[in-house]
Amino acid sequence: MSVTTGPVTNWRRPQVQQGWLARLFDSKIFLIIACLTPAMGLLVVFLTYPLGLGIWLAFTDTHIGRDGVFIGFENFESLWYDRVFWGAVFYTVFYTGVATALKFALGLWLALLLNENLPFKSLLRAIILLPWIVPTVLSAIAFWWIFDAQFSIISYVLVDKLGLLDHYIDFLGTPWAARWSLVFANVWRGIPFVAISLLAGLQTISPSLYEAALLDGASSWQRFRRITAPLLMPILAVVLTFSVLFTFTDFQLVYAITRGGPINSTHLMATLAFQRGIPGGQLGEGAAIAVSMIPFLILATLFSYFALARRKWQQGGDDE
Amino acid sequence: MYDLTRRGALSIGAGALAAGMLPAGRARAAIPVANVQPPRQPIESGATLRVLRPTKFVDADETIFRANTAKFTQQTGVQVRVDFAGWEDLRPQTAVAANTGAGPDVVVAWADDPHIYADKVLDMTELATYLGQKYGGWLALPQRFGKKWGTDQWIALPMGGSGGPCVYRISWLKEAGFDSLPTDHAGFLRACQALKKNGHPAGFALGNAVGDGNAFCNWLLWSHGGMVVDEAGKVAINSPETLNALKYSKELYQTFIPGTLSWGDVNNNRAYAAGELGLTQNGVSMYFSLKNDPKTAAIAEDTGMARMPLAPGGKMAENVLLLNALAFKHTRFPNAAKEYLRFMMEVEQYDPWLVGCGGYWAHPLAAFAESEVWKNDPKIAVYRDTNTVEFWSGYKGPISQASGSVAADYVVVQMFAAAASGQSTPEEAVREAERRARRYYR
Repeated sequence: MSVTTGPVTNWRRPQVQQGWLARLFDSKIFLIIACLTPAMGLLVVFLTYPLGLGIWLAFTDTHIGRDGVFIGFENFESLWYDRVFWGAVFYTVFYTGVATALKFALGLWLALLLNENLPFKSLLRAIILLPWIVPTVLSAIAFWWIFDAQFSIISYVLVDKLGLLDHYIDFLGTPWAARWSLVFANVWRGIPFVAISLLAGLQTISPSLYEAALLDGASSWQRFRRITAPLLMPILAVVLTFSVLFTFTDFQLVYAITRGGPINSTHLMATLAFQRGIPGGQLGEGAAIAVSMIPFLILATLFSYFALARRKWQQGGDDE
Repeated sequence: MYDLTRRGALSIGAGALAAGMLPAGRARAAIPVANVQPPRQPIESGATLRVLRPTKFVDADETIFRANTAKFTQQTGVQVRVDFAGWEDLRPQTAVAANTGAGPDVVVAWADDPHIYADKVLDMTELATYLGQKYGGWLALPQRFGKKWGTDQWIALPMGGSGGPCVYRISWLKEAGFDSLPTDHAGFLRACQALKKNGHPAGFALGNAVGDGNAFCNWLLWSHGGMVVDEAGKVAINSPETLNALKYSKELYQTFIPGTLSWGDVNNNRAYAAGELGLTQNGVSMYFSLKNDPKTAAIAEDTGMARMPLAPGGKMAENVLLLNALAFKHTRFPNAAKEYLRFMMEVEQYDPWLVGCGGYWAHPLAAFAESEVWKNDPKIAVYRDTNTVEFWSGYKGPISQASGSVAADYVVVQMFAAAASGQSTPEEAVREAERRARRYYR
């Protein structure tokens, strides 16, 4: 029941003549919703929906060309007994672990070198970035030739030119040789990202700290250990996380060079998921393999979150 | 994407050029044609068509296909758009069209696809019967893949198949003491051993190679009497025949050039062109690319082609990649779609395409065995009988999603790769393959 009488309203708020639009835009809630909607929309449509769909598919027996029904954990159960899948998990972890460690060791070393006063410094830095700029598939094809069983340049130089070996190296034909070859290719590609990011971090460290350390008579190892390392730690954590994520989800290098061979020894979870899901048509199973990557990725992200939270490093203080 | 209305003239020009170079007129005359009335398929007014097919492997495949399509447009007024999809994209794109009921009306698909979407494609029985009657009947493999499993109902029109017989260097084989390639397994092994001794090893892809890996390993399996599943689709790979095949592959592997475990689809072509390979297995395209390049013409001259050793009962046991055209029920112009396919399969259009491709897509209809393409160069005659093969991917079971998945997961290839290289014993390899095949055939 409402009694609307004009005079009453006028009596209460005589001056306010704002239109509904102006009032709407003054409302904080509306503004929050209005400003967030586009971003949320993009996230929902392009991130949440595909992710949700992927997770849903992992619990169905969908094939390409046929809708699936919910089958619970059946895909995961079947993967649990699948040696090819566990081989892929092993190699993904190995590939990520070894490649990331090498990328960081070499990248940090490169960054420290580039941080010195070198002639043609900016040109050198640009060159360093090249492997990262080249499209992955292109460098993959280059490595495919380099690792070729018959036409490898490495074998050619070692055997035909230098005579150091009497047979061509079978880079991609035996499991471990193929695994290390791919790690090498990934490291080659990944170093620039690490080096340039760490170089940026190095340049934020004030030179006066080093001067002070020098005056105190610190050795170069001590300067690295006590100044460079702690001050670089925050950016190191971020770069490390990204690097782990990129490496863990790598697809192109492996797919272009070995397609997971020989005999599945170099399948990454991503390549196996694709092979089973798209050419194999078993979308549900492919999705299940992809979903199995999520726990690993969450671990990596959590690591970065907690590493980042320890900001006191930045000031050279202790952690709590 | 290619709009034929605008570029029709251009395509016709290219087609005329191709037809001019290859004596298509004479070729056509040679093909025996029965006098049969085509089925009545009045084209709907205002019909337009979208066609999807795999991308070309040899140039003429695209130019002549387009020219034939333009001719269809000219004669019927039906606008046709032909899209070419990458070989690995074709299957997912067919799936999307089947599921959404939109997109192409006609797909020149891979062999299995019409069977996976059997309830979504138009019946082709009348058309296939007509073509069969007119052109001397369908060959064995096209019959297998054209008809719905276990019935006489046609759901697809096979358009051509690419086979992989043995390709070898004539002079090197002679040097090894063989005037012709032995047709039995033991002799074949001896020939490879002799080639290896002379430094001209054999080489077959044992890596995850869609075409060559499956071609070689399926031949090994079938030619020894093995099968992945039985007629009912029950996994039957763990058999004495398969074990024999695995043991044979182990011995044959000793005669290979190093590195075949990592070989993809192009490695054998490269190694053969470089003169490092004495014997391999390939489609006819390699021979033509060698022949057309002055640098390698001498290798082509010295190249012989022959059947791989036969299966029990003297049957050819080579893997064939088949083009299998389908028309979706969702098309608004079913008659136009069928007419288009009929038009493309008629001798006036089909023979120039067959000849232009150099026999790369071997004919599915018997009469085309008389085509000029098989006579121009007697060497490639071995490709003529490509489609007479009675084995298929997923032999001896129904053509299904599962057979496609087993092939895509390289179950058979990896079984042979593991046993041949000695990474597992034949018994272990076959058990692993059995386990993996069962995951799909459940």
